Amino acid sequence: MRTLTFAQALNEALKQEMRRDPTIYVAGEDVGVYGGIFGVTAGLLQEFGEDRVRDTPITESAIIGSAVGAAAAGLRPVVELMFIDFIGVALDQLYNQAAKMKYMFGGKARLPIVMRTTCGAGMCAAAQHSQSLEAWMMHIPGLKVVVPSTPYDAKGLLITAIRDDNPVVFIEHKMLYGIEGEVPEEPYTIPFGQADVKREGTDVTVVATMAMAHKALTAAEELAKDGISVEVVDPRTLTPLDVETIVNSVKKTHRLVVVHEAVKHGGAGGEIVASVVEEALDYLDAPPKRVAAPFTPVPFSPVLEQVFIPSVEKIVAAVKEVVT
Amino acid sequence: MSTDTEKLLWMYTNMLKIRRFEEKVGEFFAAGKIPGFVHLYIGEEAVATGVCAHLRKDDYITSTHRGHGHLISKGGDLKLMMAELFGKRTGYCKGKGGSMHIADVDLGILGANGIVGGGPPIATGAALAAKYRGTDGVAVCFLGDGASNQGTFHEGVNLASIWKLPAIFVVENNMYGISLPQTRSMRVQDIADRAAAYDIPGFVVDGNDVIAVYEAAGEAIQRARAGEGPALIECKTYRYRGHFEGDPMVYRTREEEEMWRAKDPISRFETKLMEMGVLNEAQAREINERILAQVEEAVRFAEESPWPAPEEVLEDVYTV
Repeated sequence: MRTLTFAQALNEALKQEMRRDPTIYVAGEDVGVYGGIFGVTAGLLQEFGEDRVRDTPITESAIIGSAVGAAAAGLRPVVELMFIDFIGVALDQLYNQAAKMKYMFGGKARLPIVMRTTCGAGMCAAAQHSQSLEAWMMHIPGLKVVVPSTPYDAKGLLITAIRDDNPVVFIEHKMLYGIEGEVPEEPYTIPFGQADVKREGTDVTVVATMAMAHKALTAAEELAKDGISVEVVDPRTLTPLDVETIVNSVKKTHRLVVVHEAVKHGGAGGEIVASVVEEALDYLDAPPKRVAAPFTPVPFSPVLEQVFIPSVEKIVAAVKEVVT
Repeated sequence: MSTDTEKLLWMYTNMLKIRRFEEKVGEFFAAGKIPGFVHLYIGEEAVATGVCAHLRKDDYITSTHRGHGHLISKGGDLKLMMAELFGKRTGYCKGKGGSMHIADVDLGILGANGIVGGGPPIATGAALAAKYRGTDGVAVCFLGDGASNQGTFHEGVNLASIWKLPAIFVVENNMYGISLPQTRSMRVQDIADRAAAYDIPGFVVDGNDVIAVYEAAGEAIQRARAGEGPALIECKTYRYRGHFEGDPMVYRTREEEEMWRAKDPISRFETKLMEMGVLNEAQAREINERILAQVEEAVRFAEESPWPAPEEVLEDVYTV
């Protein structure tokens, strides 16, 4: 099968969906002429024109808020929030308007909105361009939260997101844009709430998202040399969360490590561990562990940033702790 | 005045309908039958009426926390509204929204809003949808003087301006953001002056004169339908009641209230219509009685309606 980068896979999903459905439009900062700051919307303006590929001013509230109005009025906006760190200036339109409208209106609204955004450290972009804020998003009823890790998942999940009739926060880790993987040419969907077992194993379950899924796989390779068999589970969506697949894996391995790049305190890992403890405490042979960033803003200096980002070594160490 | 008799009588009837509905809501809130926060539109009836007199079913509005008047003017059903205010399952939102979130998407009403300034970006989006589809539909954003200081107002109007969208921003300037007077929340006297910042027309209107509102809105809406972009209309008006029911109103004088009551939009218009020979005493009485009967019917419907079932709390979060 041919390979694409993560960014190319997303780009292909956008193009294929826009060809299929004329009510889909793309809007955001530098999504048109520039093609998106990370190149994800490249070529869209040329193919679909200015009505459907709309460069906006730097106006995050209006980017998201206009998507809410347009969606309520029947369009399917796919808007780009350049960095998830910028959500602070626009949050009301996402969590009070988009997320709650259907419920507040007694079910009589449809809000098919995709808000694509980037997260993550690794580029020395410092504290306001490097955060992983997915836990904020998964705390809000009415939103769906997608966190792909591979080009294949990125394309399939984005197509599902665009076809979904709810507001979807689609989070792309910026260090993944260049990774390559096999991606089918035809459009396909990946259901939300379906975790993917990225590697099968028998001794310990490692649940990891986005960039951390790759580190977990690298750690699994190393641990295999020591005779430790690691099962890597990637939830792919945090809302809905596929607790069943995670619990089933833990019932097999009896051990759990959760890895994410977001800070540990109040992170998604707490929810995952709690769900496992609630449903499968008796199966656990060791206390679960979380590997996550320390409770600090993201530092600038490359030296500090690498300390901040959970490393393969830390994952290996955590796994060894739970298996011994 | 070239407005036809039918339209004039619709405006009169609509204003009276809002007034009687709101009086009844105030009564039932005081009696403890309507829970939560209630913000009444009494005194501002001419604004929603004069604007919505131009709107079609396929036009959109966004409303505010003081939204009952907008809903009624856009064709909202009094029974479904009252039932929603009571928290009943037969209400517009099955009892999940209440006064601050009443909506009827089928009528183009994209919701009252509990967030001051929540509406402008949403109205801009609805206007985008109208333009995107190639229709001549418009979106009207009702907002208050207080909301005009929010960042979302700037962002919504600016985007509508640069994209030349059919959005009309109607500021109901009732002079107070809860307790803070306009003089302490902005330097400009006329909020319509802010239109200059977006290179769009700004209108200052006596918001207690329904014909003045109707004419300004007509011009703005006609421009928008013709593809000439957004406008900002400031309607200077006054709420007779407090910010919400229960507000002690320590921040304004009884004299000021009396001065505004003397400019009551409904009695002024009634006098005018009688002078014009469009309305007589008997007709006015008949209209009033008909409305009172409608409001009573709405109350009866609300009172007799069932509460939501407990399990409904889990429904309507997502579209499946």
